[in-house]
Amino acid sequence: MARAPKKKPLTTTQKRYQEKVRKLQPRPTLFRNAILAFITGGIVCVIGQFITDLYKMLLGLSSAEAGNPAVATMIFIGALLTGLGVFDNLAKYAGAGLAVPVTGFANSVVSSALEFKREGLVLGVGSKMFMLAGSVITFGVVTAFFIGLIYAIFIY
Amino acid sequence: MGKKVGKQTFVIDTQPAIINTATVVGPFEGKGPLKEYFDHIYTDNLAGELSFEKAEKEMMLNACFTALTKAGKTPQEIDLFLAGDLLNQIITSGFSALELTIPFLGLYGACSTSAEGLAIASMIIESGCASNILVATSSHNSSAERQYRYPTEYGSHKKPFSQRTVTGAGAAIVSKEGNGPKITHVTIGKVEDLACKDPLNLGAAMAPAAASTLVQHFADTGRGPEYYDLIVSGDLGKFGHQLAIELAISQGGFDLSKNFKDCGLMLYDLEKQDVHAGASGCASSAVVTYGYLYKKLLDGTYKRLLLTATGALHSPISCQQGENIPSIAHSVSIEMI
Repeated sequence: MARAPKKKPLTTTQKRYQEKVRKLQPRPTLFRNAILAFITGGIVCVIGQFITDLYKMLLGLSSAEAGNPAVATMIFIGALLTGLGVFDNLAKYAGAGLAVPVTGFANSVVSSALEFKREGLVLGVGSKMFMLAGSVITFGVVTAFFIGLIYAIFIY
Repeated sequence: MGKKVGKQTFVIDTQPAIINTATVVGPFEGKGPLKEYFDHIYTDNLAGELSFEKAEKEMMLNACFTALTKAGKTPQEIDLFLAGDLLNQIITSGFSALELTIPFLGLYGACSTSAEGLAIASMIIESGCASNILVATSSHNSSAERQYRYPTEYGSHKKPFSQRTVTGAGAAIVSKEGNGPKITHVTIGKVEDLACKDPLNLGAAMAPAAASTLVQHFADTGRGPEYYDLIVSGDLGKFGHQLAIELAISQGGFDLSKNFKDCGLMLYDLEKQDVHAGASGCASSAVVTYGYLYKKLLDGTYKRLLLTATGALHSPISCQQGENIPSIAHSVSIEMI
């Protein structure tokens, strides 16, 4: 068993310094970030909706059926913009507006894959691709399992 | 013979000279206000190489060979090569030393390496073991980002106190004899830990080390901040610089507000270039001191310079395991005598 890390209490000097840092630290522009994220996130959703409707019209799919290809298209756009080096420049302003939708997931996978291309296909791209997205997948699967379990218990 | 004064300062009696220096920077740094003072500005972040690590090595080698050429020396005339960088196992320095074929000692002091190199070189010369020493250090924005932070194309918000790792390299030749600014005192820092944990806020983590080494330097030498024309820190950034000034007052009563600058604030145009709090990385203090300030010492603008380069001694692993970020700073007095 790994020993639980013990938290060392802060000395007075450390405490005083941390208070000073907290007081003087420049604040992130939270309000501006939230507004920008709200707007850009909304735009991403509008594009997603547009693509869904397009698939419904062109391919004659139902709303439920058009969802998956639409998501795949959004992932493709996110990946393409990452590859072209545009995504990170957009995300600088958009922040969570681009990170929360599926585009952010695509960006985290593709940027990692690109970054570790030079370490080879197996030890680089293959293993480092999910460096950032790995936790999302892991905890997504774990959460889905428990939700499924609860669902099964309550239905039967 | 050199001696120790006070607690952490060493007087260098032989006063070795920095006979020549060379600096190279990446394209982004080449757009900054100090662009005229660098020997070479790369037009490509990859420097014509296949990876960012190879590019960083190319930059360090270029700086070393340029410094040698400018000083009119061959690698055979150099007794020792002291170098360090930010990459794991300081590969840039090791691979550069392989091509330079000069006996090599690796340094690791994170961003304090520029001052650590000068300090160790002058102490070795003082001992009489060597007469010509080449010191070098480098950092590369892309190779550092991928090791310490995120992939380059990953989209994320930067905090206002985050800093940009400098792409570039600096080299200097320290000699027992020769013309140039002389190294007279070195103050070797102690590792400080004031419980900072955020690896994106290194200015705050390193400010205590800068203040503690500076206060100790003034106490050991009996010189006040006013003795120097300029005191520079390596890469504290806007926020860390401000904290260091406050700490120097509260810890030692020294007023740094008049002649204390930060290389990390001089290298970029903070208004026009999107760098948040300023520059960071080994190359920040190296290219500014070995490039800009060295030339300003030679042309007489400054006569007495105190370089205090700070380094954060953390790794991504130590941060993930919840450790604080320890930091260090070394001071080197460089004077025109």
